[in-house]
Amino acid sequence: MKHLVLSAVFSICSAVPILAEDLRLAVTTSFHNSGLADVLLPEIAKDTGLNVQLLVVGTGQAIHLGEAGDVDAILVHSQKAEEAFVDGGFGRHRREIMYNDFVFIGPVEDPAGVGNAESAAESLSSIKANQALFVSRGDESGTHKKERALWQLAGFDLEQFGDWYRAVGAGMGATLNAAAGMGAYAMSDRASWLNFGNKEGLALLFSGDPLLFNQYAYLPVNPERHSHVNAEGAQKLEEWLVSEEAEALIDGYQINGEQLFTFNATR
Amino acid sequence: MGEILEGLKAAFLLLVTLDSDLVEITLRSLQVTLSALVISSLIALPFGAWLAIRRFRHRRLAIAVLNALMGIPPVVVGLFVYLLLSRSGPFGVLGLLYTPSAMIIAQVIIITPLIASIAHQSLRELWAEYHDLLISLNTTRHQRIKTLVWDGRRALLTASLAGFGRAIGEVGAIMIVGGNIDHATRVLTTAIALETSKGDFSLALGLGFVLIGLAISVNVAIHWLTRTEREGRW
Repeated sequence: MKHLVLSAVFSICSAVPILAEDLRLAVTTSFHNSGLADVLLPEIAKDTGLNVQLLVVGTGQAIHLGEAGDVDAILVHSQKAEEAFVDGGFGRHRREIMYNDFVFIGPVEDPAGVGNAESAAESLSSIKANQALFVSRGDESGTHKKERALWQLAGFDLEQFGDWYRAVGAGMGATLNAAAGMGAYAMSDRASWLNFGNKEGLALLFSGDPLLFNQYAYLPVNPERHSHVNAEGAQKLEEWLVSEEAEALIDGYQINGEQLFTFNATR
Repeated sequence: MGEILEGLKAAFLLLVTLDSDLVEITLRSLQVTLSALVISSLIALPFGAWLAIRRFRHRRLAIAVLNALMGIPPVVVGLFVYLLLSRSGPFGVLGLLYTPSAMIIAQVIIITPLIASIAHQSLRELWAEYHDLLISLNTTRHQRIKTLVWDGRRALLTASLAGFGRAIGEVGAIMIVGGNIDHATRVLTTAIALETSKGDFSLALGLGFVLIGLAISVNVAIHWLTRTEREGRW
């Protein structure tokens, strides 16, 4: 009996992963929570033979993983940080793939009247004026950076915000969970919101301001910096991402009849 | 309340349909944790016995440090192992980051002090009993450790199972060093964290029930195999 147990343990220990061309891609939580990855990855595997391993993190961490050479490419949405990444020699180039938009989420009763606002800045002003609870990502992700930029554009200083402004330091889904739990406002990308399962008491209150535009870009890690990265695979994936097939899949991806992403790569 | 029932339903459905993803991540959870447990036990059990019989200058300090390390925060271990295994870190050339091996390394670091500490506590009492006998038989230190480990095997099993319990439910460290990659490093706990973040509480809870069931089955299986707690076999 003992031998049986031991051999079972060793056979588990020595299980070998299946051999395929692996490519590690760091993506943002907002991209992954949208569910688009589940549509794209099987097609990528079929067309290019690439087994794309997704590391789902915030944009801040994704860029850090790229700088450390722990991934082969990144797909993120924070233009300034992306340009700094390329300028620092960590990425070969930046290629825009698609966009979606940010929306303001809040309690259905909408105590701050965000639903009546004309612009993103006006929505934020009314949240601040009412001292309504607001949950921020607080994790240096692309969404967090965008949110801070919007507060600044609206003319507010984040440092002076009181208790009503709560930075949870978590991914998009966890932040929406927190907003649902507290009855608070939050900013989310549209895809994560539509795919979110725990909408209880929350509603989409404001969207459509051109300022809320959210561009995703693909950045392969520079092989001159990290010789071990799978540059060839990263190149193959980039070619696939800008292909007509990818365009059809991205534009055709819908939840509840709503299109989530718009393909805008230049070939 | 409704969500807990939904969770039970989800767990039941996952189990009866033998969902292929569930089987895969459950086996990976077992693979990672059992490997870590075997390695940790091989280090920690003899070390605990050694610590029980050996007298040296800073013994009390060593034991105090070991006991303190029982509560080492997994997320700190994860960060530490990440920095060591990152491509920019000292062991980056091995390419171990984001593989089950990295998760095993992190778990070994987390549970070895726990197993060693519990092993030491129980063997210390056994050593008090055996001390005179083993000294008078003029045994070597190696023989004493062997005798203690063998005769104290029931208590050591408890030590190992405590280590198993800590490792199988751990999420902070393996999330950082494993990355929760689908079909590569996703295990039960990281899958639960992911489903919770998606707001899919029933699936998360279902996976949680599977995890609890797994922990119970492994404990029962080990007790059954080693025939503890049976009449006349103490």
